[in-house]
Amino acid sequence: MQATTTSEAPLDGLADAERKALARCRHAILGRDRPLRLDCGVDLGPYRVAYQTYGTLNADKSNAVLICHALTLDQFVAEQHPVTGKDGWWDSLVGSGKVLDPAHYFIICINVLGGCMGTTGPLAIDPATDQPWNLRFPVVTIADMVRTQAALLDHLGIPDLFCVIGGSMGGMQVLQWAASHPGRVFSAVPIACAARHSAQNIAFHEVGRQAIMADPDWKGGDYRQHHTVPARGLSVARMTAHITYLSELALQRKFGRALQDRDALGFGFDADFQVESYLRHQGSTFVDRFDANSYLYITRAMDYFDLAAAHGGVLANAFKDTPTRFCLFSFTSDWLFPTRESREIVHALNAAAANVSFVEVESDKGHDAFLLDEPEMFRTLAGFLKGAAAVRGLKLP
Amino acid sequence: MNAAIRVDLQLIADMVEPATRALDVGCGDGALLAYLVNFKRVDARGMELSQSGVNACVANGLSVIQGDADADLRDYPDDAFDYVILSQTLQATREPREVLRQMLRVGKRAIVSFPNFAHWQVRLRMVFGGRMPETPSLPYKWYDTPNIHLCSIDDFRALCRDMGVRIERAIVLDRNSKPINRPPLLANLLGEQAVFMLKRD
Repeated sequence: MQATTTSEAPLDGLADAERKALARCRHAILGRDRPLRLDCGVDLGPYRVAYQTYGTLNADKSNAVLICHALTLDQFVAEQHPVTGKDGWWDSLVGSGKVLDPAHYFIICINVLGGCMGTTGPLAIDPATDQPWNLRFPVVTIADMVRTQAALLDHLGIPDLFCVIGGSMGGMQVLQWAASHPGRVFSAVPIACAARHSAQNIAFHEVGRQAIMADPDWKGGDYRQHHTVPARGLSVARMTAHITYLSELALQRKFGRALQDRDALGFGFDADFQVESYLRHQGSTFVDRFDANSYLYITRAMDYFDLAAAHGGVLANAFKDTPTRFCLFSFTSDWLFPTRESREIVHALNAAAANVSFVEVESDKGHDAFLLDEPEMFRTLAGFLKGAAAVRGLKLP
Repeated sequence: MNAAIRVDLQLIADMVEPATRALDVGCGDGALLAYLVNFKRVDARGMELSQSGVNACVANGLSVIQGDADADLRDYPDDAFDYVILSQTLQATREPREVLRQMLRVGKRAIVSFPNFAHWQVRLRMVFGGRMPETPSLPYKWYDTPNIHLCSIDDFRALCRDMGVRIERAIVLDRNSKPINRPPLLANLLGEQAVFMLKRD
């Protein structure tokens, strides 16, 4: 494996958003000498891993924190996004004076395998054909994502992590990290997630994928060669998914039946209601920053996630003799990853006699709560990290 | 770090060997847990019924989950802990005998404290007052008490005998939480609460 600077990287074939992202973060080309064996059996390599870091690795390399991002997020955790110009997606948690303060921790966030912000995915060029992979890219799993992350840590010379933390799909990666590399994970914080994707969640993803694939501009996945963008399909996928991130109460409070820019019903199919206008906006802005094929691959990775199945059908086996300290979080109004899913993980961790804390946070903001200002989560997470740091001998102020 | 904890919790803490593994079932605000972690280097975990209690514990750096003695002890493997502690909670469980059995399966030892329903104040209020007892250790009205399986110290000893459980230590406390050293008949009259350390035989 060998590092490359941005200027040496094979940047050809990049989409515009990806080019902007890579210009603002670090990356490494891995798997040159030894390709990555994916769960589907394909050997992938070389491949690029795009990542961002905040803070400094301390002398004994004991302060590294890995943040695993969710489905459509990326490595720009705590800074203005190079494509959207929006604030960092976890600014509430990461930053000076925040729970994860770069003054104390070396914080790493890696764009997932299959993503579209610089890490190799369906957008990349297949070295065998010199054409974009598109749907010929191998189907990747959460475990594959974790393999690329572990390979990057090897590359960076980081032996283990003080903490691996993430919400939603990021939480799945945290669980996978703890199961695959227990010796490298001192503490694990899976937030608003599950040990396997439920039938309902797979169903929602399937609606999204079908919307993309039904768009005539999708062209069997080869839209870039045809100079089209399956914008309608991808935006419908985003609209559907966005509903699952909110609670019914949050939607009702935010929009009710309020009308958009009009005093009366229009008796047509324009966006009469504010909630329609809001969803349309969510859909159309998503298209500017996310690749449709990437969306297919990453949702598939979540669908395939079933940690118990990979361990003989018994979730506790995934955590046998684990030395990791766990702290799980769920939110009362999250119906995408409800509390009972977290509780199942807690039961499995108890069955493995693991060191585990579990905090259910009272919130009416739905699944999205994990990205929002939730003082109860910050307070308890800070306490958990402080306790873990004391056991590890990591000095925090 | 504040070293002062409730007298009965201190008695329990004194029974726990340093650098062992302990599970405190019904850990409340985590006072005993924090003491065990900070002063005895115990790998201590907690289980607490109320989510607000859990959150307060976790915010203090303690490892605690939401759960209750009746339902959640069965998740743990055999011999997962050196001690499983149940302070002032046994009388509020649905199946105290099963809870004790689970505690002694999950832990090599069990430490149990409970209010004595044969304390003289209880007897007086019942016999002469003709009313359900209300005492400092049993402060509830009959209609809102969480205590559904109250017992006396002698009742508890009988249960241990019946279950084939060895009583390694028994400490009986008077109204002022001072240990009293009396023969069992008197202890059962004068003791307001008791702390037992049990071991499978």
